[in-house]
Amino acid sequence: MDATDINNPQYFHKVVDCQWACPAHTNVPEYIRLIAQGRYTDAYMVNRESNVFPAILGRTCDRPCEPACRRGRVDTHPVAICRLKRVAADLKGEIKHLLPKIPAQKNGKRIACIGAGPASLTVANDLMPIGYEVTIFEKLDKPGGLMRSNIPAFRLPEQVLTEEVNLILDMGVEIRYNSPVKSMRELLASGYDAVFVGSGAPRGKDLELPGRHETDRIHIGIDWLESIAFGHIHSIGERVLIIGVGNTAMDCCRSSCRLGGKEIKVMARRPRPYFKASPWELEDAEEEGVEIVVNHAPKQFVIENGKLTGMIFERLEWDAQAKKSRTLDEVFYPADDVILAIGQENAFPWIERDLRIEFDKWGLPVVNETTFESTRAGVFFGGDSAFGPKNIIWAVEHGHQAAISIHNFCRSIPVTERPAAGMKLMSQKMGISEWSYHNDYNPVHRQKMKHVDLAERFRKLNIEVELGFDAEQTAREVERCLNCDIQTVFSAPRCIECDACIDVCPVQCLTITRNGEELDLRSRLSAPALNLDQALYVSPPLPHTQRIMVKDEDICVHCGLCAERCPTAAWDMQKFELAIAYADSTSCMNSYVPA
Amino acid sequence: MPSIAKPLARHPALKQNELGLTIRDYEGSMSTLCAGCGHDSITAAIVRALWEISMQPHMLAKMSGIGCSSKTPAYFVNGAHGFNSAHGRMPAITTGAAAANRELTYIGVSGDGDSLSIGIGHMCHAIRRNVRMVYIIENNGVYGLTKGQFSASADVGSKSKRGEPNQFAPIDPVMLALSIGATFVARSFSGDKEQLVPILKAAFRHRGMALIDVISPCVTFNDHTGSTKSYLYTRKHAVSATDADLVPPASEIVANISAQDVTAVTLHDGSILRFRSVPEGYDPTDRVKVTSYLQQRQQKGEIITGLLFVNEHVPDMHEMNNTSDTPLARMPYEKLCPGSAALEQLQEEFR
Repeated sequence: MDATDINNPQYFHKVVDCQWACPAHTNVPEYIRLIAQGRYTDAYMVNRESNVFPAILGRTCDRPCEPACRRGRVDTHPVAICRLKRVAADLKGEIKHLLPKIPAQKNGKRIACIGAGPASLTVANDLMPIGYEVTIFEKLDKPGGLMRSNIPAFRLPEQVLTEEVNLILDMGVEIRYNSPVKSMRELLASGYDAVFVGSGAPRGKDLELPGRHETDRIHIGIDWLESIAFGHIHSIGERVLIIGVGNTAMDCCRSSCRLGGKEIKVMARRPRPYFKASPWELEDAEEEGVEIVVNHAPKQFVIENGKLTGMIFERLEWDAQAKKSRTLDEVFYPADDVILAIGQENAFPWIERDLRIEFDKWGLPVVNETTFESTRAGVFFGGDSAFGPKNIIWAVEHGHQAAISIHNFCRSIPVTERPAAGMKLMSQKMGISEWSYHNDYNPVHRQKMKHVDLAERFRKLNIEVELGFDAEQTAREVERCLNCDIQTVFSAPRCIECDACIDVCPVQCLTITRNGEELDLRSRLSAPALNLDQALYVSPPLPHTQRIMVKDEDICVHCGLCAERCPTAAWDMQKFELAIAYADSTSCMNSYVPA
Repeated sequence: MPSIAKPLARHPALKQNELGLTIRDYEGSMSTLCAGCGHDSITAAIVRALWEISMQPHMLAKMSGIGCSSKTPAYFVNGAHGFNSAHGRMPAITTGAAAANRELTYIGVSGDGDSLSIGIGHMCHAIRRNVRMVYIIENNGVYGLTKGQFSASADVGSKSKRGEPNQFAPIDPVMLALSIGATFVARSFSGDKEQLVPILKAAFRHRGMALIDVISPCVTFNDHTGSTKSYLYTRKHAVSATDADLVPPASEIVANISAQDVTAVTLHDGSILRFRSVPEGYDPTDRVKVTSYLQQRQQKGEIITGLLFVNEHVPDMHEMNNTSDTPLARMPYEKLCPGSAALEQLQEEFR
């Protein structure tokens, strides 16, 4: 293998599994260390730079970082990254003075954003500090988009949402409520320099089965949740069936618990391993007494005398991979209400089809995955409206990227010219066997989130269920982080091949051996490197024997013992900081530098 | 000294030996030696060898004297017995321990100061008695613990860190051992575990004393240009004369043990020591030939490594003295000490 190019920021970035997996590349280890030091405000600001909504995401994020977390590979359970994010948000102090300054002198460019959800708000967040004038068109009378209408208040309290959304609106964004855009043609004609579409995927999928339109007790999940959020619905029947088993279904069944539902069943077509809902959302729903019924395919709504009495399902038997099914029999489940939570679609009836904005055969706009530009120059899409339903953190990242494109577009720079990511590497050595980070491995287990007890939480619709980590839980959980951003950096010319690093490594990730092809090399290491997703860090030939030092990045716990036992400082522990490019890279990078 | 104990985190794919233990179960406390010390690599090789032969930790006794080397038994097999004796007395204490309890496996870790200066007499007599033990000399040519004076194994002309050359002729533990009847003699290098681990495994199965001289660079006082026991010098001058590996009794049926170019020595317990690639005319069981080969190559400035000599036909201390099969440690007190009447009777026989 060729020696690893560690000057490429992406190499060490990938070692930081959580940051690599996060669509917005939040610097997780850095903010966890800040929390450990009690610097909650600083931790919040590190978060805010990349993910914009730390308090919201600390409660609702889909957490792609956690399955990626190295700790999960080392002792089965990842660090509770998301919960720690909430700790930072809950305990932060005053941050107004830390936010980017908004210039009084505008740059003369006006941007229209459609929908006041996370994608549009991120665009505004990135463009306002550079002097843009941003106008957001929102169909409802409150901002937040899906974060407000589809995430129940018992998961995301309204004041948390409002606070973070207002941080952006208070930058001087012009927001027009109750203003659905009815015609893209008209909007384009009204003189904006660029248009960003962040209108989400607002149409819940329907289920056309016999009886569907003979009753008003069948609800579309996301519409139903929105009606609850805006106070139009206050009750539901005692027996509720939820069709579908994604995260929206979880929000629907748990909302039903609070509106008077007693016997609530989530009906799933497929077996449990194939559910779309996050495991923790399933757990939370089951804790509230919701029954999840697998292998049932809806067949028919049963209406008697114009009244919904229940549904008929086919009971299925699946093959091993749950690809093919066989119908066993049919069963009837009684119900007073049925909620359909089987997915969402994009809908753009308001975009005329002769505007050179192309759509594919599924009705999705044709959008460049890097620039987020549509086929019409100056019109950008992001969030769920670009590529269909994803989640908040993806919408934020789309917003960041679209803001870069818009800034380029308005300066007549090709949108394909993306500012490059940079990096900082800084030695953490403070003295002999002394580091500026806490390098000891703490075997403590993942802390369990405490919940409000069942009777109390059902009393009102907006009692937040999760209590957040207390001080002790936080103190334990932060110590589980392995500091993957403190990189093991190797200097081949210094190595005398004494084997000290190899001998001391607790997880057998180092080897000195002759070079070879990757797969061959992987099989010859101190412990075979079977996880092909994780890189091998390969050194140039070593001076004494021309062999190479190989590090399997997979299980390294970043304890720094290799560097401590190295007599020549060939190994060093260096903090890696990814310099992420935003619309105005200079102002974004310098807007907050932890001391 | 490291800032932390070795993290408890383990590689999830760690293998288990016959006892269900992983290699990490054979570790000891964190080393307090200098970073990069050859002794730590030898410790790692011992850990690996003991894990591979599935040694029961409670059946091992770790013996040592004084010096950097003699600290190392603390760094492997926490669950073993141990005795840290006075300077140079490790061989004598081990002889006594072995006499009292022949069931334990003994590993003595010593250095060139401990064994070739203050303790040389004890070492020689333990060799003569063929005490069943693994005797490791961690040989770095200097007294590291007292700031790097030449030891008795320093070569003539080898320079100290200050630049002064050594004038006294070295004691070569391998030649010394061969000359006084040692039955298992090897030399290796701390930086070559591929050679050292199989030698250690064979040593644990040898009938009597297995003496292993391991070049182990002192990274603080003797790893400079001008030293003949540095990492670089040893790498440049070491010549692996023999390539030996151990075939335990259970694997005898393995078909690929070809007789061609292989000198096989059957050990006491039925395992086979296979010498692949020995020099032409070299016979690891012929003391005279081995001695003369080593002398010739030494003249050329080569450091000959490998398992150099083995003789399984010499009885060990217990066999020579026809001692009881039951270890003294497990004998009832009345039998060990039959009382003054029995003593009287015994003395009567000599009057």
